[in-house]
Amino acid sequence: MMKLKKDSQKGTLLNFAGIAVLFAALLVFQQSSLATPYMRGILIQCCYVIIMVTSLNIPNGFMGQFSLGHVGFMAVGAYTSALVTKALVQAGVPYTGLPGYAMFLIAVLVGALMAGLFGLMVSVPALRLRGDYLAIITLGFGEIIRVIIQNIPIAGGKGLAEGQAGQPLIGIKNFSNMYAIVGLTIVCVALMYAFVRSKYGRAIKAIRDDEIASEAAGINTTYYKVLAFTVSAFFAGVAGAVFAHRGLGTLQTSDFTFVKSTEYVLMVVLGGMGSLTGSIISAVVLSILPEALRAFAQYRMLIYAFLLVLMMLFRPIGLCGTWEFSLLDTLRGIRGHKPKKPQAPAAVKREEVSEDA
Amino acid sequence: MPEQKIVLQAEHLGINFGGLKAVDDFNLELCEGELVGLIGPNGAGKTTVFNMLTGVYEPTEGKEYLLGNCLNGKKVYQIVAAGIARTFQNIRLFREMTVLENVMAAFTKDIKYGMGRTLARSGGFWQEEESAYTRAIELLSLFGLQDKKAELATNLPYGQQRKLEIARALATDMKVLLLDEPAAGMNPTETAELLDCINLIRQKFHVSILLIEHDMSLVMKICERIIVLDYGCTIASGTPAEIAGNKRVIAAYLGEEDEEEGSVC
Repeated sequence: MMKLKKDSQKGTLLNFAGIAVLFAALLVFQQSSLATPYMRGILIQCCYVIIMVTSLNIPNGFMGQFSLGHVGFMAVGAYTSALVTKALVQAGVPYTGLPGYAMFLIAVLVGALMAGLFGLMVSVPALRLRGDYLAIITLGFGEIIRVIIQNIPIAGGKGLAEGQAGQPLIGIKNFSNMYAIVGLTIVCVALMYAFVRSKYGRAIKAIRDDEIASEAAGINTTYYKVLAFTVSAFFAGVAGAVFAHRGLGTLQTSDFTFVKSTEYVLMVVLGGMGSLTGSIISAVVLSILPEALRAFAQYRMLIYAFLLVLMMLFRPIGLCGTWEFSLLDTLRGIRGHKPKKPQAPAAVKREEVSEDA
Repeated sequence: MPEQKIVLQAEHLGINFGGLKAVDDFNLELCEGELVGLIGPNGAGKTTVFNMLTGVYEPTEGKEYLLGNCLNGKKVYQIVAAGIARTFQNIRLFREMTVLENVMAAFTKDIKYGMGRTLARSGGFWQEEESAYTRAIELLSLFGLQDKKAELATNLPYGQQRKLEIARALATDMKVLLLDEPAAGMNPTETAELLDCINLIRQKFHVSILLIEHDMSLVMKICERIIVLDYGCTIASGTPAEIAGNKRVIAAYLGEEDEEEGSVC
């Protein structure tokens, strides 16, 4: 019967249609007077923030293992990819047109792999701890990564012996073609979605809900924890690579302080722990909001904080809870099919409980 | 009686917590398809025995064998893979996952696709997902839970949560099932249902079951043999009839006769 496969294929077809519509919209946007460099910059920012927040949702939301140092992996991805493209450009590889895309793709991959490697190295000791302790240790690792980068000569540092903060890394080429970046973002989100909708996703959600029971259900919790953390770091590296080549040409370690980590964590929580859809929405909204509120930019963190307080009071599960958007289900809903049972009742129930308390 | 194959064997298992000897010299021979009860007053060490058998605690003494293979020093998930599954005294479900996912999570170790096939959704990914799904539904319908498959586990009533936990344990494809007080907190109707449920499992899966239970009527009804623990020591073992008449067991549960007279308070 293969109902699952059929449904998935239908969904995939629909999603491709959706992506086509999205690209058509981009095309219209490109032609319109709206497409100033400023607006394009915001779009690119939305893209890398989406990749970053969805990747952070894997350990924090799906697995319930709180990581506070994720920008460390983003930094690794950013610096590695920037150094790769700089080296390639210096070696005389053409950086416009198709070879440019290839070069960028290679840089993204190398950066992401390096970030994944760091994720692996950090997670093995870090994931022995959980809860507050894990948050602190990841925060520590994030800062370590940042400070090390600050002191690597080729990344703009002066060498550890000098004991001085480094200069920004400059002369990074611009690889911020809208279509390419939006495409890359879609691919990343699709891959992460595929990851969480598989035995891997079930295993890490089981670990979130009850680690002892997961072991008793035959799940090698250490393996799946390290794996999920590494996958997440890999995609944080992709986000970093896009960030590095967003067109400003410079990278500095102050882009990767733990304050940034906190911002991304907030986006995960606001969007819903365990909902990639929620992460995407909150990433987009919270990337655009500060720009829309340019005049009161200094109150941005105040608005964040206020939003968080409101959210925790009235909807502690975040914007989407664990709900995922699906074109297929939405269309079926519109056509009057009985929708698949949503997971909302539990969310509502939890709300009621917390309001009673 | 024909010679029966011993599935799970424990030899002189014992564990110390610091200076405290929680369990001492625990012996068990569980035959294929057999149901053995493990009873004893609160704090006798029953759950500790379970924790040793499942690898949560490393026994400080003794050996444990499953079908002749030594399990000492193995991790919890390895012991599950070898064929010993358990349920918990206080139900431990994956609360924020659906009923279906709860069972499917226990298939994780049997699903063979790797990361590449997961991300590409190819090369048998769907076949494996489909077969896991079908098996999960089969298991759930055995317990009458198939209509609840999309519910979150935390939203199920208590009795069904118990059943789901047993279904999840069965999903690990075990040879030995350890049930830790499955009837705790159940009303008589639910207990009767549980009894049917256990009988059904025995018929269908030919598993060997080790059961901790305080509900004596249940224990006496379904167990073929009973082991009684008190203060970590095995004080009696035998058929339900033998145990019911055993003086030491009665003393352990109700106190010594003369002691009882003296300690009315």
